[in-house]
Parts: sequence; structure tokens; C-alpha cells
Amino acid sequence: MWRLLITAEPLNTFTPHQPWALSTKVALRDESFGALAYHYGNRRLVFLKSRDLVDLVRDLEHHDTAAEAIVATVGLERFDAYVQALDSLVESEVIYER
Amino acid sequence: MSVKPMALTDRFKQGLGAPICLTWELTYACNLACVHCLSSSGVRDPRELSTGEAMALIDEMAAMQIFYVNIGGGEPMIRSDFFDIIDHCVASGVGVKFSTNGTRLTLDKAKRLAANPMVDVQISLDGADAATNDAVRGEGSWAASIAAMDNLVEAGFGEFKISVVMTRHNIPQIDQLHSLAEHYGAQLRLTRFRPSGRGADSWEALHPTQAQQRELYAWLLEHPMVLTGDSFFHLSALGNSLEGLNLCGAGRVVCLIDPIGDVYACPFVIHDEFLAGNIRDEGSFKTIWQSSELFTSLREPTSAGACASCGSYDACQGGCMAAKFFTGLPLDGPDPECVFGHGERELASQVVTIRPAARSDHSKRTPLAVRS
Ligand code: SF4
Ligand code: SF4
Repeated sequence: MWRLLITAEPLNTFTPHQPWALSTKVALRDESFGALAYHYGNRRLVFLKSRDLVDLVRDLEHHDTAAEAIVATVGLERFDAYVQALDSLVESEVIYER
Repeated sequence: MSVKPMALTDRFKQGLGAPICLTWELTYACNLACVHCLSSSGVRDPRELSTGEAMALIDEMAAMQIFYVNIGGGEPMIRSDFFDIIDHCVASGVGVKFSTNGTRLTLDKAKRLAANPMVDVQISLDGADAATNDAVRGEGSWAASIAAMDNLVEAGFGEFKISVVMTRHNIPQIDQLHSLAEHYGAQLRLTRFRPSGRGADSWEALHPTQAQQRELYAWLLEHPMVLTGDSFFHLSALGNSLEGLNLCGAGRVVCLIDPIGDVYACPFVIHDEFLAGNIRDEGSFKTIWQSSELFTSLREPTSAGACASCGSYDACQGGCMAAKFFTGLPLDGPDPECVFGHGERELASQVVTIRPAARSDHSKRTPLAVRS
């Protein structure tokens, strides 16, 4: 129940035109397919299925907006796909709005 | 683009840089003598890792970026350096989830645990009342677990876990167990009873019936917030998959470091066949995890064997390797608790069942009673 309430919070939607960053509560471990992320707060394990996504997530904090980070790291052609990917990382609290 | 875990099961088969679910049993010493103890614990092994060795191992876990370690035993709190060990884990960034029988969890210790947000506590409890619990865990163990839970609440620990091994006698109490957890603000965690350690001797009498397995499956689907540690994936053959990775993770995502530094494929297979090496001999856990012969072979694709013709193989994957091994079934066939009864038929057709004997038995030399 609690979890459903949290997901319904507007705060937890991904807004590409805001600044984002990897949560300080998350450890990222590189793996052959990408990385594993573990959130020490909610104790969830999340799979980042591509190296590009891992690089992007790490790079978020260096850009004024997430959109800018996407363009810089993976390029405009794959913009939508990576907005979607980041969106799913918001729900599991891997990234947060700075 | 998706980041959903299910499509990744094939990746695990190739092995990860470090285990996801690493269990570290600190000691074989235990003040209880549960009839289903997976590690046949009781007496301390004189070869137990020293404090210095334990600390070095934690440093290695941190270097491997192991997110958290499941600490168990025996009874881990029996070690006099228990708090030094968990403090060092936390200071190194390795989260701690530890299981205890609660007998040593005084209010003082509960307060010490409560002060640490990276520590998760699991209290073992195998029945919703003293009679059911104590029949398996021994006289007085129910009272000890309850006292420990009261102490955690009084210390303001927050949400801890109540860990239950599901048996023939407590499956009918599942709703009561759930209410008990709610009453304590705790999370319920159910695990599958497997014929490992002393569980081999009590399995016949305690493992759930087919009807109970179906009840449990239906109950789990209705209670997705109840944790199962991916234990019951053989039940996924009944229909919808249960929450989790749904595969045998032994040597792929799971492994065990025992009190003397032996590394096994999984906590439920403490047997030479599944021993990958010793951290003292190899000089490092990482070497064993990443390149031992055993783990490399466990990461190979497995053959479905006698399960190949089963329409539910994708969901069930033939079940649990430990359950098959310790009941004497072939590893590439059905689980002894196969929901379609193939395992039972297979067992029944064996004229003489030859079960592998355990090499590592730290039981105290007292007779154990099993209630049937
Ligand atoms: S052997 Fe059984 S308990 Fe161990 S990882 Fe495989 S399925 Fe799980
Ligand atoms: S036959 Fe094998 S795969 Fe099919 S349900 Fe039974 S154990 Fe699972």
C-alpha cells in the first residue's frame, strides 16, 4: 500500500529538463552487461542493462539537465529510449532530482 | 530499452563479477539444535576464521563491491567479535543482513543494532505458537525469539524480519504468522525447507504435502509483499511466476562462505561435491568466485534431463539442486517436490535410495527428536 502511494507522488516522475543525479544511497557495480545497482535505503537491486545507460547515470550530475546529459552521452537519436530508461530508475529511486 | 530483471537470467548463467546473494556463516557453534538445521550446526569448529581473517575477508568483499552479506551460522551472535565484524562490514560499505535465533539479542544489543541503519535483522521462528515452533527448534526457543522481537521493538529498531522455514506443521498457520509479523511491524520472510544438513533426516516428516504446496502458492500470489528470497520458484510451475529471478542461483548469483573459509555453491549444499575451494588455500575469495572449476561448470547451461518434456520447465527449471541432491535424485531431473508429482514418482521407483552423506556435521552428540 505504502509503495503504491509513493509511486503515485508527482515528485517521483522523471522530468528531463531538470537536473538529476545518481542517488547517494546507491552503489553501482559494473558487470559485463552493464551494471547492478543496489539501493541501501529501499534495499532494491536494479539491473542496468547497457554500458551506455551506466555511463549516462554516472554523468547526470555533471549536466544542468538530464536531457543535456542524454544528448552528450548517448546522442539525440536514442533520446526517447533513454528518457524511458531513466524514468524507470526514478521509480526505484536509483536517481533523484537534485 | 528496458531495465527489467527477467530478461537477464541468461546473463547470470555466465556469472557476475561478485555474488548478489552471499551468505557468510560465522560459526558452526549454536546453542540450539533445530532438527532442520541446513548446516548441521552445534559445535564450534576449531578451524573457524580468526577475527583478523574475518576482517580481511570483509575488506575483500568491499573491494569486490559486494552490496550486502547475509550473516548466519550456527548462531552468529555467539562469536565474541560479532559486533566488530558487523561494524567493520558497515564501515566498509558492505550492508549486513543477519539471521539469529534471538537467544543472545538482549535489549542492549538490540539498541546497538538499532543505531545502525545498514543492518537488517532476521529472527528465526518456525511456528505461530510455542508448541509448533519448539517441536522443530527446541524447548524454549519460541520464548527466546519473542523476547528478541520485543527487545527490537523496545529499542526502536524499526522494521525487522521474521524468518520462517515452511513445514508441514506451520503452513496451516501461515495467516497467524502473517498477523504476528504485522503485530510487530515486521516483515514476514518465508523460506523453503530443504533436505540439507539435519534437514535430510527430518525432511520426510516435515516437508509440505502436495496440497499444502498448492495452498502456499496461492497464498504467496495473494501476498506479494511477503519475502521469499526466491525460494519457491519450483511452485511457479503451477501457473503465474512468483516474484523473483526464478532460477537456481547456486554459483551464479548465490554462494556460501562457511565458518572455516570453505566456499560452497549455496548455503544448502554443504557437501564436497559443491565445494569450490577454501579462501585460506586460494588466498582470495574473488579467485574462487570468478574462476573455480566448480563455479565455472555451474554457470554452463544445464540440461533439462527428465524435465525436458515438461511444459512448465521455463517457469520451474527443474527446481532446487540441493533438494534433488540430498534426496538422491539426479540433478538434471525433477525436484523431489515437483508440483506434478514427477519427483515423488522418481523417488518411489528407486528400489534403494542412496542419499549422499554429509561430510561436514557439527551436530552435538545428543539424540534429536522429530515430530512426525
Ligand atoms: S541449490 Fe536450491 S537453494 Fe541453492 S541456489 Fe539452487 S535452488 Fe536455491
Ligand atoms: S517436471 Fe521438472 S520442470 Fe516440470 S514441474 Fe516438475 S520439476 Fe518442474
